[in-house]
Amino acid sequence: MKLGFLVDLALCMGCKGCEVSCKVENEVPISMWRLRVKYVDVGTFPETKRTFTPLRCNHCENAPCERICPVSALHYLENGIVNVDRERCIGCAGCVMACPYGAIYIDPETNTADKCTYCAHRVAGGMMPACVVACPVEANIFGDLDDPTSNISKYIMQHQGNVKVRKPEKNTHPKHFYTGGGEVNLNPLASKREDGYNLFNNITHLKHVGGH
Amino acid sequence: MVEHATVATDAVVTLDVALPGIVWGWMITLNMWAKSIGTGVVLIGVYLLKKYGDRAATVKTLMPVISFIFLNIFLLFTLLDLHQPFRMWHIFFYPHWTSAITVGAWLATIFTGIIFVMAAGKILKRIDEEQYNKLMWAAFVFAIPVTLYTATIMGESAARELWQTPTELIQMALAAFIGGSATYLLLGIGDQNIKRDLAIVLGVSATLSFIVYMGEYYFGAMKAEEVAATIAFVKEGGSYHTMFWLGQSMGYIIPVILVIFGLRNKSNSMLALASILALAGLWIAKHVWLVIPQLLNLS
Ligand code: SF4
Ligand code: SF4
Repeated sequence: MKLGFLVDLALCMGCKGCEVSCKVENEVPISMWRLRVKYVDVGTFPETKRTFTPLRCNHCENAPCERICPVSALHYLENGIVNVDRERCIGCAGCVMACPYGAIYIDPETNTADKCTYCAHRVAGGMMPACVVACPVEANIFGDLDDPTSNISKYIMQHQGNVKVRKPEKNTHPKHFYTGGGEVNLNPLASKREDGYNLFNNITHLKHVGGH
Repeated sequence: MVEHATVATDAVVTLDVALPGIVWGWMITLNMWAKSIGTGVVLIGVYLLKKYGDRAATVKTLMPVISFIFLNIFLLFTLLDLHQPFRMWHIFFYPHWTSAITVGAWLATIFTGIIFVMAAGKILKRIDEEQYNKLMWAAFVFAIPVTLYTATIMGESAARELWQTPTELIQMALAAFIGGSATYLLLGIGDQNIKRDLAIVLGVSATLSFIVYMGEYYFGAMKAEEVAATIAFVKEGGSYHTMFWLGQSMGYIIPVILVIFGLRNKSNSMLALASILALAGLWIAKHVWLVIPQLLNLS
């Protein structure tokens, strides 16, 4: 079994339902995010367009975060999920330096690394990840990439040539795919980003308890 | 294809979360800096002992003592930088050997142990010449990977395209030579010949290190889009432009000039000044290089 995600960006309307449900399901602390929907505006008036891109951990098959973790707190589950063991983590932040997608944060409440786990706890109980359930347009497709009859496998087959991953040059082999997206969706350097001018940009980070 | 025609120029992020900020900060810089001195004094010290024998006799005690002090600074700040410092023991009980952090922690611990025995043995006069020599060679062998392993951690940091293992390996080795030679020069070790050797090591290492930085500064951007975006932080108008050039000037350019004049005029005070500047500049240069890739938006 190899669990994967696919987001159909042509369907996503940027409602942030997935983002909120993830926060609630996983009790993600204030100022931290496991999953977020990024808005990028493209073009010059009047020919403008707003794009929406949900961004989460890719559960890479060749995960740099797992490789650099000195204590195997980051580890592969048999279903392909890259999981975090908070009790094992020493908080060295090596994984934060290694993940090319900025998907890991140090939880200020536990002082340990955390990230999207594809809701491993729900999956273990036979449920879908919280974000999949919350999406009103079914833009998030989750399933077994090894099973040719799964929704995700069929979607990938149907959209051949239009299925992309983020930063393929990093050789991480993401198990998180996108269809209907372009450079602005997937490459953070393809858009201008002026910090301090966007909603949520000027927020106060929680002080870490203990540690520093 | 309006979208594709405008993508490159007119795409603006209009709603997103805040950037995470700098995660590896001054404590990691201090860690690298102190390690450079802690290993450098061993690498250079063994060279002096082999070449000059009894003329460098003071090195026999100073080498392990200084190394031990700086290795402890390095270990202390490595520990303090952990968000869960009391779990450090996990590295020894649940080691993950693909991680350069694990390999480095083990090597540094063994190295510090050897240095401790050498320092304690010398101070307490409980070590004979033969035992000292054996430990010295063991320390020399361990000092090499302990100096270098941080470069492989940086290489494993796949998100930071600026840090490439081969370049960082060279920079780590040169930093150790600078750290070791500058420390001995500051302490005024040995006669004029020894000082000349130390000054040459300092001058050559600083020159080479500066050349590598300039290579990255002027040509790094050709390698990858991410490197270009990172280097922009130290280019003109970048937020770390001044600090970068302060580090390069203090750490490399001025010390090289001072070493040249110091050697010509046989001026020990010029060499001492070059050493102070080199040590301070090394910290600044390393800090800038550590921080700038963390300013980049990764997703
Ligand atoms: S996206 Fe980042 S955190 Fe997730 S598996 Fe890949 S490297 Fe690890
Ligand atoms: S912060 Fe925790 S999970 Fe990340 S590399 Fe360090 S020990 Fe592993």
